[in-house]
Order: sequence, then structure tokens, then C-alpha cells
Amino acid sequence: MADRLSLNVQRRRGDFTIDVKIDAGPGITTLFGKSGAGKSTIVAMLAGLIKPDSGHIRVDGHTLFDSTQGIDIAPERRHVGYVFQDARLFPHMNVAQNLRYGLGRLDADKRAETYARVVDLLGLEGLRQRRPANLSGGEKQRVAIGRALLSNPRILLMDEPLASLDAARKSEILPYIERLATDFDLPVVYVSHAVEEVVRLSDTLVLISNGQVAAQGAVEDIMGRIDLGPLTGRYEAGAVLSPTVDAHVDEHHLTKLNLLGHDMFVPSVDLAQGQRVRLRVRARDVSLALARPEGTSILNILPCTVREIQSGAGSHVEVALSVTAMTNNSSENTPQTVLARITQKSLSDMQLAPGKSVHALIKAVAIDRHSLGGHGAGTNRR
Amino acid sequence: MSWSLTPLEIEALGLSLKVAAWATVASLPLGVFVAWILARHRFPGHGILNGVVHLPLVLPPVVVGYVLLVALGRGGALGGWLYDTFGVSLAFTWKGAAVAAAVMAFPLMVRAMRLSLEAVDPGLEHAARTLGAAPLRVFFTVTLPLMLPGVVTGSVLAFARALGEFGATITFVSNIPGETQTLPLALYSFTQVPGGENSALRLAVLAVIVALVALIASEALARRVRRMTHGEDHG
Repeated sequence: MADRLSLNVQRRRGDFTIDVKIDAGPGITTLFGKSGAGKSTIVAMLAGLIKPDSGHIRVDGHTLFDSTQGIDIAPERRHVGYVFQDARLFPHMNVAQNLRYGLGRLDADKRAETYARVVDLLGLEGLRQRRPANLSGGEKQRVAIGRALLSNPRILLMDEPLASLDAARKSEILPYIERLATDFDLPVVYVSHAVEEVVRLSDTLVLISNGQVAAQGAVEDIMGRIDLGPLTGRYEAGAVLSPTVDAHVDEHHLTKLNLLGHDMFVPSVDLAQGQRVRLRVRARDVSLALARPEGTSILNILPCTVREIQSGAGSHVEVALSVTAMTNNSSENTPQTVLARITQKSLSDMQLAPGKSVHALIKAVAIDRHSLGGHGAGTNRR
Repeated sequence: MSWSLTPLEIEALGLSLKVAAWATVASLPLGVFVAWILARHRFPGHGILNGVVHLPLVLPPVVVGYVLLVALGRGGALGGWLYDTFGVSLAFTWKGAAVAAAVMAFPLMVRAMRLSLEAVDPGLEHAARTLGAAPLRVFFTVTLPLMLPGVVTGSVLAFARALGEFGATITFVSNIPGETQTLPLALYSFTQVPGGENSALRLAVLAVIVALVALIASEALARRVRRMTHGEDHG
């Protein structure tokens, strides 16, 4: 499928230069990076609120900006939905009036139906007469998302929409965001510096660093790259695995997953059998063993091959491991990477080198629960 | 001493209210526009415009009245044109008094509106534009409603200032009973004639009452508007 978004922009202010080229298909494209990396400026340029020095921006075949052709469409004519970190609801209007503010861009005969659909999807029915001052942070963001959806956008931009919310509110809103891209067939550009949101939402991950694109691709590939460690967060380095749900082991409150034919156990997740999930395993939660250990409390033992070793100046090293597939079912065989952080001493004691076979040991309780979410590029997300 | 107003007092009070009301209402759109320009735009001459708007606040009112007389009097460039084209004469009429009051009150009006406008988050205006609203619609549906408390405060301040206008008025349009003799001018006249002390005192009390009523009403109105614009559900 053709790119829904093609963006290539440059902008220089003082000694900070933004120079990015991003091509994204359908689904959710996340811009991930530290604060001040230029993520918000990039989406503001997409919306027309900040003007690039040069380059082009195209969405679904419509040129929104092109410096060589002198095109710079005004924000109100770009059909770009924008959800801000601080919601930016109009305080003098109630929820219904906020929702209807951009409705004029929708065909008149579609307004009632779309309005009802968005109110239903985001659970806004009971809020319609309320003023923004009386909404919780999570409710505000749901209204802001609804308001953007109702303005008939060709693309939806979300600039850290969850950053000001607590964990409970975040998990309240994440499922709605997951459904947007598929339910509305809308490309979404999602800005975040929170790794768990990125792991859960990304169809395409764009790593932004210092105004540049450091890497672009599938979450599993980028999070599994050792060399990007400093950018994805060194202390929190961790790879992303995408197993499928195999069975629920209710008596132990666990869910059994299948990763390339190996069993994995994680704390119970409420997902249907056969569904692909993503989970992030922090490098510091992974231990290595040369032989398969017996009589251990560790539930997850994955046979792997050492792919790459990166030693730093400190006492520890990062090891990238490719999980050895047990099945030959080709559709299941997307390569899976585990990152492990071990000491320099263990590295030399175990005589690890690329190509060597080892077992990766992962405690079930260490698996980042926040990153667990049903996922499968455009398929049955529920 | 009688509690009821004399015909002269009624005339002066009525004229004062008429002049002040016209001065306020007529300068309102320009006041909002200038406040918006000053608050939301940076351009060469920003400082000069700001200075000109605030000049009446620091100049002796007599100077303002004299400038108006020179410019808007029938012999003046602008005044002559007004008379020739529209047959409107400002000098020595109540309309001229309204112009003098408006000019003197303008800085207060703009100041209050500008403060209130600067408190409106430009982010809300950006959000409105991404939702498809052109700048003019953004102004009337987002900016103006949210700066309404400042518009109310500015208007009331301007109205009160216009009620009290003296120096520029007497210089520009003189002190003509029934035409330009507003309450302060009438009071001044009484202080200039023997035996006028009693009448002057009555007018002074009247002026205090009118000003107090205006201030109390503006407070109540501003509270109401604020609740309306930023408020709770059942405000």
C-alpha cells in the first residue's frame, strides 16, 4: 500500500536543526525520542502551526507544504486532526459544543452518524453537557480525541496525549487510541517519550534524536538494536518480543504464550487465543546460562544464539540474542531478539562470542505489564 | 433641601450618561481591535502605537482638548472634511464631548482588554485552526468570548472615566448648558458663582452615587461573564 504520509522537512533555529524524512503507511507511526529531540516541532510543522524552512509534506496525495512549489496550506485547510498534550478544550463551551466545533468540515449528511459513532467509541455520552473545567484529565483527552476525529481529518496527530495523566488514566485511554487507526482507517502520528506507549501502539517506530531520524522501522527491530541503546534509553534498554496467546492458565493467574514454538508465561492478560501480543523485556531482567537449567523458578527459558556484544566502559555489557526457532512454520518465523545485560566478568567466564548458543532466562514477573497489549498490524485488534 | 433633582441637574446627569455611553460604545470595536493588535502582533511601530494610545493618560487633558480643537474644529483639517462631506460638526456639540471623553478613556479601555487577551492561551487558537476555523472565525468564537471579562472591565472603566471627563471637554467643546455641560462642568460652573456651593455639593454627591453604581454593577457583570467563559456546569 502506498505511503499515507510523506514528510521531508528542514528547519533551523539557532544551532538546533531539524532535518527529517519520514514515510509512513496506514496504522500508527510513533515518533519516539527524548524531550527536546524535536518531535513536537515535527508534528506542529505537519499541522501548519510552524513553517519549515524547506522540504515537502504530503498526506494521502495532498500536498500540504512544498517549498519548491511555494505551497503552504493554512492550518484550517489541511484536514489534520491534532490532539495536544494539554487537550486544549475550549473552556467557554460544553463538551458537545467542543465536539461539534470542527464538524463543518464533514459532509452535512454524514455529520449525525459520525457524531454518534465517535461519542459511542470514546464513551462520551454522559459528558456532553459538562464543561471542560469539570472533566478529569482522562475525560478531557477523550473529548479532545473525539473533537479531532469529528473535524474530518486525513491524518491524526497526537502529541504526547497521555503525558500528563497517571497510570490508571493512561490504561483507560490506550485501548481507544489502538482502535482509532483501524476503526477510522486513519493514519496516526503519535509522539511520545514513554517506551511502554510506543511498544504498545507502534505499527512503525521512528526514533528521533537531536532533530534527526536515528532509525525507522518495526518496533521489534529497533528496540532490539544494541547500537540504538543510548537513544531508546540506556538504563531501560530492552527488546520487544511478539509471541501469540496460546492458553490461559487460570489456576496460576498466568497466560501461556507461544514464541517461535517455545512456551512463555506472563501474568494473566485478557486477550483471545491466537492473538499476537507485544511484550518488552528489559535487558537487566535477562540472565544467561550455557546449559538449560533444571529445578529453577524461572518460567521462561529461551534457547538463543549470541548475535552481537557491545561492551561499554562500565562493569556490564549488552548482549543481543536471536531466539532459535523450534517450529519451521514460516509465517511464525519473524526473527525475535532478546537483549541481556550481564557483567564483564560473566562475559569472560562464559566465553561468550557471536554465534555461541546460550539460554536466556526471564522471570515471568519481570515482564513489563504496561507494554502488554494486543497487537497485529491492522488485523483483529479488539 | 429637596431630595428631588432640579431640571438643571437632570439635564446635566442625562447629558453625562449620554456622552459617556456613546463614548464607550463607539470606541468599543476600535478598542478591541487595538488591544488585539498590541497583544498578538509584533511589527515595526508597535511601540509608537502603544505610546500614542496611552498618551491621553499622561498628557494634561487641556492639551488633548486643544489638539482635538485644532484637528476636529470646523477650521481643522479633519473637522473641515467631516463638515463638508457629512455636515457633521463636532466642536461645541455633545458629539464633540463624546469624542473628547472617548479619547481620554481609550487607554484605560485598551489596557484592560489587552491584559485579558494576553491571558487567552494562543494554543486554544491554534487548536481551533486545526479544526478548520479561519482566523476570523477563531477570533469571534474563541478569542473574543474568552477575553470578554476584559471587555466588560475595560468598558466600565472607560464609561466611568468618560463620566468624569473635564479638561479635554471644556477645551474642545466649551461649557454650553444643555449641549456640552456635563455633570463635572456644571459642578465647576456652580463653584464659580457666588451662592453656588449648595448646588455644587448636590452634584458632587450625585457624581459619587453614579460612579459607585457603575463600579458595583461592573463587578457583578464581570463575575457573571467569568463564570460563563471559564466556568463550572451550573454557573
